Amino acid sequence: MAADTMTDIAEPIVIKKAKRESQFALMWRRFRQHKLALVSLWIILAFYLVALLAEFLAPFDPAQYNPRYTYAPPQGIEFFSTNEDGSWSFGPYVNGYKSEIDPKAMRRTFVIDEESKIPVEFFVPSKPYMLAGIIPMSVKLFGVTEPRAPLYVLGADRLGRDLLSRLIHGTRISLSIGLAGVTLSLFFGIIIGGFSGYYGGWFDSAVMRVIEFIRSMPTIPLWLGLAAALPKDWSALQTYFAITIILSLIGWTELARVVRGRFLSLRTEDFVTAAQLDGASDWRIITRHMVPSFMSHIIAAATLAVPGMILAETALSFLGLGLQAPIVSWGTLLQDAQNIRTLASAPWLLAPGLCVVIVILSLNFFGDGLRDAADPHGR
Amino acid sequence: MVRFVTGRLIAMVLTIWAVSFVAFAIIQLPPGDYLTTYMATLAANGDRVDPAAIEALRRQYGFGEPYLIQYWKWVSGIVLRGDFGQSFEWKAPVTTLIWGRLGNSILVEGLAVIVMWLIALPIGIYAAVRKYSLGDYLATIGGFIGLAIPNFFFALILMYLSFVWFGETIGGLFSPGMENARWSLERIWDFATHAWAPILVLSTAGTAELIRILRANLLDELKKPYVTTARAKGLSEVRAILKYPVRVALNPLVSTIGWLLPALVSSSVIVSVVLNLPTAGPLLLRSLTSQDMYLAGAIIMLLGVLTVIGTLISDLILAWIDPRIRYGSK
Repeated sequence: MAADTMTDIAEPIVIKKAKRESQFALMWRRFRQHKLALVSLWIILAFYLVALLAEFLAPFDPAQYNPRYTYAPPQGIEFFSTNEDGSWSFGPYVNGYKSEIDPKAMRRTFVIDEESKIPVEFFVPSKPYMLAGIIPMSVKLFGVTEPRAPLYVLGADRLGRDLLSRLIHGTRISLSIGLAGVTLSLFFGIIIGGFSGYYGGWFDSAVMRVIEFIRSMPTIPLWLGLAAALPKDWSALQTYFAITIILSLIGWTELARVVRGRFLSLRTEDFVTAAQLDGASDWRIITRHMVPSFMSHIIAAATLAVPGMILAETALSFLGLGLQAPIVSWGTLLQDAQNIRTLASAPWLLAPGLCVVIVILSLNFFGDGLRDAADPHGR
Repeated sequence: MVRFVTGRLIAMVLTIWAVSFVAFAIIQLPPGDYLTTYMATLAANGDRVDPAAIEALRRQYGFGEPYLIQYWKWVSGIVLRGDFGQSFEWKAPVTTLIWGRLGNSILVEGLAVIVMWLIALPIGIYAAVRKYSLGDYLATIGGFIGLAIPNFFFALILMYLSFVWFGETIGGLFSPGMENARWSLERIWDFATHAWAPILVLSTAGTAELIRILRANLLDELKKPYVTTARAKGLSEVRAILKYPVRVALNPLVSTIGWLLPALVSSSVIVSVVLNLPTAGPLLLRSLTSQDMYLAGAIIMLLGVLTVIGTLISDLILAWIDPRIRYGSK
């Protein structure tokens, strides 16, 4: 009998699936409309590329000093040189320096010497080094081949070290510490904040008291004390990780608070009650119904936390409590620009601050674009 | 409401107790104590170190005794006698050193908070209501720049510019003769001519943050049906926006006061160092580096207590404007 009915049934109609785009593709499409965010994304990628290729891009070792060129001003790179017959040819060069005695201040100052030309070449051979610690290389993107010729594209600091090289190496430290700190914070923030907001009760109160307590401590004194307690004989890497952990000790609280707040307000929403009445498990309600509805907020909070971390590291190092001297970060570089007398004679030492501003601006615009793109209620 | 408030008050007392404990722990964290630093300086200056005198000092301050006993000596003095101990470096009671500076801190930070809200509220509302207008973009960009410039970097730039353009160095809160004068019109004017720089620097980041949050919150609210209902009922646009969505959007904003304060206190430490302000910040930095532990402990403790009180106030305001908080978490 079963066989009879089977024969009568027509071929099942194949329903063609409409072409669907993944959530990511939809987000990317909307994100692209946000031009500022797109530009910011490229800027951020460029900075991280610089951080990755620091040894290749920096013309000198960040610790290489030259007492002959203390506070030498920035040289502009000229890309075209004029030949004797008046024609132009491509050949980047920088001008050398001549030193003059400032009659008022009675000290040596450098002036760009238009007469002397030092050719700048690409892919110059250098001492062998390890790119990003893994790839052995012995060539730099650009540099001078003449021995002892000065090349200070962004000027020199008080020991005659090349600011550009130091800035490039500082980029690696400052950017990675922001990322590492936020990853740690996000991990703790989502787990603790999620549990706290969803289950409420004594756990929530306990967590809230801990968060309130940590946040009630002004961070700088807290970091100060912790950083001062770090053993002085720790290696650069150990200090780096210790500072990362110290930064995320405070950082997780902000993210946990955002997550908890969203959970609290969503817990009483109709669609959550409906899911509960349908017998969905807690895990399913959290992951399928609640998290997607405030994903954009978590993303916005996390991207906003990265600049916070970078700023914190910069501020700490600036005060001399974060990363210490042999490590080069934007903060330790700005330490040299602390007093007005140095600033007045060598304003180019503020360049690391400019990098901080650009990166933080870009991260903020990027985060804003992401938020708009991930927002299910948006446009 | 009464239950809510008493609960919060008890929590506050417990928090303050924890603050005191951690403040003391942090002071204890660095290896060695003030006496070892003191002896090192004496030795560096070529002075002879008298072991008997050092031993007497050690006993007097309880160094070397168990942690809890040292803590008890410290905290009972504060609670029972208002005695924060002795500053080793300044050779004076801590209380005589900090109150004036703490007052300056509160003054500068309080003014910065007021400036922040006065600027952020109208701009934030405008930016949300006129989304993607020229004004919104300007406010957003301006806000982002304010957020992106580290406070101390902004202070450095202000210092540099005023030196290059006007040949003046900005810094301090009062002219040299005015520091200890009594408050008068003249002194207020003197204060105003000095304090604009730190207040400007301190309020930028917070203003930017407030605008950003208010705009985001308000944008979420403006899409909700009740706003359409309000408009459909014929309410004027101003009323339809100010009466409901702005009030809802203010709710998360009020809870930001709680963490705005510690951030402000933190950044004022750095800005005070850069601009050389007579606030608690530079004193704290100095005392921590020289391990003047009673002074450092007192400052950390008091700054912590101030921020806890600030958080309590923001919690109370939040409960006042939002019944869900008041009755929600029992």
